[in-house]
Amino acid sequence: MKHLLRWVAVTLCCVLGHSVMAEEVASLRGGTNINDPSLPAEIIRWQPESAPLPRDYVQQPPLIPHKIEGYQINLNANKCLTCHSWANYKKANATKISPTHFRGRDGIELANVSARRYFCTQCHVPQANTQPLVGNSFESVELLQPR
Amino acid sequence: MNQETKKAGWWSALWRPSVRYSVFSLLFIGFVIGVMFWGGFNTAMEATNQESFCISCHEMEENVYKEYKNTIHYSNRTGVRATCPDCHVPKEWTHKMIRKIKASNELWHKALGSISTPEKFEAKRLELAQNVWRTMKETDSRECRNCHSFDSMDYTKQARRAIQQHTEGFDAGQTCIDCHKGIAHSLPDMHDVDPSAVIGG
Repeated sequence: MKHLLRWVAVTLCCVLGHSVMAEEVASLRGGTNINDPSLPAEIIRWQPESAPLPRDYVQQPPLIPHKIEGYQINLNANKCLTCHSWANYKKANATKISPTHFRGRDGIELANVSARRYFCTQCHVPQANTQPLVGNSFESVELLQPR
Repeated sequence: MNQETKKAGWWSALWRPSVRYSVFSLLFIGFVIGVMFWGGFNTAMEATNQESFCISCHEMEENVYKEYKNTIHYSNRTGVRATCPDCHVPKEWTHKMIRKIKASNELWHKALGSISTPEKFEAKRLELAQNVWRTMKETDSRECRNCHSFDSMDYTKQARRAIQQHTEGFDAGQTCIDCHKGIAHSLPDMHDVDPSAVIGG
């Protein structure tokens, strides 16, 4: 009897849980039926090249003020570093990467950019004028606000 | 016919004046054969100058062609496309013939299977890229300049840094490929070229 009750409880949980989840969780292509064509993604128009963009707080990774479409970042090469590395920034008239990028995870200073800082776009992103996905009341820190 | 002529055979016959045909008919036949030969030669030459010919080898289709399809030379807002021969085969006749003859080496390596797998191709990528970079440096990026002539560039329409880089670069005698590497295909292992732009340097 006890056994049976447990099975009933588990089954009920599964059925109810499933129906709740089916309503709330949507896949990346929304609630579109698998056989129907989904809506095309919004066309992103990247901001054109500009002067360095202001930061909203001191520790913020600087934003990328130019397009980076097609930039290769892999084991063979890092397109960003062909201008932003310490060896190249002067010739390219670009911002150099910060010295923090040379510190390995054990705190040891390295001669070249650390592996954990190699994939630039994990923190640095180009900008586009798009609608925010959720509401946001963020304001930059007072000291960095334009006067 | 005496014995001597018999010995000489058909070869010496080619060197004797014709007794049967007029000069005009001989000239006409020569002209027609000439047109057919030259036309056939050019048709064959053009056939090997098609993108479809280039990617008829899986080495090209699976590696460099796939990479090129993600770049601006394949797809862009104005719909102008530069195909393989636009960048890799000279337009001018003499240079084109020299390049075509050099391409026989590529046929040899096709037979050897030097880059027949993605792994083999990746292992050779640096060497192959450096061959192209060296050629472009030697020719002052001739194939780029078929379309991108710096005499027709309006620097004022270019981005902030592009103006500076282009004016300074051209003044210093640099050519397109000096900076624009890896724009149509993936870059090879750059450890030896620019260690500051590679993981681990």
